[in-house]
Amino acid sequence: MIIYGVALLSTCLVIGMLIGQALGAALGIDANVGGVGIAMLLLVLASNSAKFQLLSSGASAQGIQFWSAMYIPIVVAMAAQQNVAAAASGGLLALVAGVAAVVVSFLLVPVISRIGNSGAVSEQRGEAP
Amino acid sequence: MIDLIESVFIRNSLVVAFAVIGVTIWFSYLLADKLTAGRLHGSAIAIALGLLAAYWGGTVTGGSKGVADITLLGGIGLMGGGMLRDFAIVSTAFGVHLDELKKAGLAGVVSIFAGVIVSFIVGAAVAVAFGYTDPIAITTIGAGAVTYIVGPVTGEAIGASGEIVTLSVAAGLVKSILVMIGTPLVARSIGLNNPQSAMVFGGLMGTTSGVAAGLAATDPKLVPYGAMTATFYTGVGCLLGPSVLFFAVSALF
Repeated sequence: MIIYGVALLSTCLVIGMLIGQALGAALGIDANVGGVGIAMLLLVLASNSAKFQLLSSGASAQGIQFWSAMYIPIVVAMAAQQNVAAAASGGLLALVAGVAAVVVSFLLVPVISRIGNSGAVSEQRGEAP
Repeated sequence: MIDLIESVFIRNSLVVAFAVIGVTIWFSYLLADKLTAGRLHGSAIAIALGLLAAYWGGTVTGGSKGVADITLLGGIGLMGGGMLRDFAIVSTAFGVHLDELKKAGLAGVVSIFAGVIVSFIVGAAVAVAFGYTDPIAITTIGAGAVTYIVGPVTGEAIGASGEIVTLSVAAGLVKSILVMIGTPLVARSIGLNNPQSAMVFGGLMGTTSGVAAGLAATDPKLVPYGAMTATFYTGVGCLLGPSVLFFAVSALF
């Protein structure tokens, strides 16, 4: 049943959001800390586990795959409701600060990506006799 | 006649949004195919068109929700709002292998903290360069360069003026929009082509909407990895901004 997959996806999101909100409250901030990320982990765990097979295979899987396929359209709708006018009217300071933060962060992607790689390589070396 | 159209469009706003977005995407893929011979991805064009429409909507209505403030297109606000966006993001995790996540786990965590701190320092340095000497203003603008949510959260916590908070939101919006447009253009040169670098990318950029759209226009297969780390970023930013980062700025200025 398609609804089983949709329900599994929904349950993961609700649980993740609850944990994220509770995490935020525990840290004393009014923000959801990683709720979506936790929900994604729950969905990965559920779809890799035999116990949840009824909810994540066959027709049930289609209920999840539909939303996954709707992702780009939803992102386009999201782009269409950004406050672009405010960003454009923020003046030179906002423009420079935003652009500089992005450029520096882009440059760091290859640097930090190497952390895991070199870690994996040294682990392999460590395991080798 | 106009009343009739308006009442049907408003009553069925979400359905109207599906149709409008569908036509937009069809048109974008047509442009990508005919104009750029597939070199620019259709979804990148669709996102750019969305942003252009949002700019137009914002200037016409004076509202803060882009095209969704236009009465007939209100459903776009629901379709692209936080609830369905998060729902769709989580669904992309379906079919992800746990091993891939474990492999990039450490780099992912490092990237979140590095991303928040580096963006903050860059934003704060720009504020100083523009002549700000008040630690509250410097911190708030720096936090805005983290994300447009961290900016106001930090600003309100440390008592920044409304004008500074607005500036910080604008800086965060510029960042988010630039990540949406720029990611597919630089993806190749920063090695953004595997789950691991996507997780690092999400952690460094942190703007959920920017990462979500940027990766969608680069390679949809990378979306779940980037989104996973990006969703922790704003929380970490809200945590560090009004505390450690504010204290550090206060000590310096």
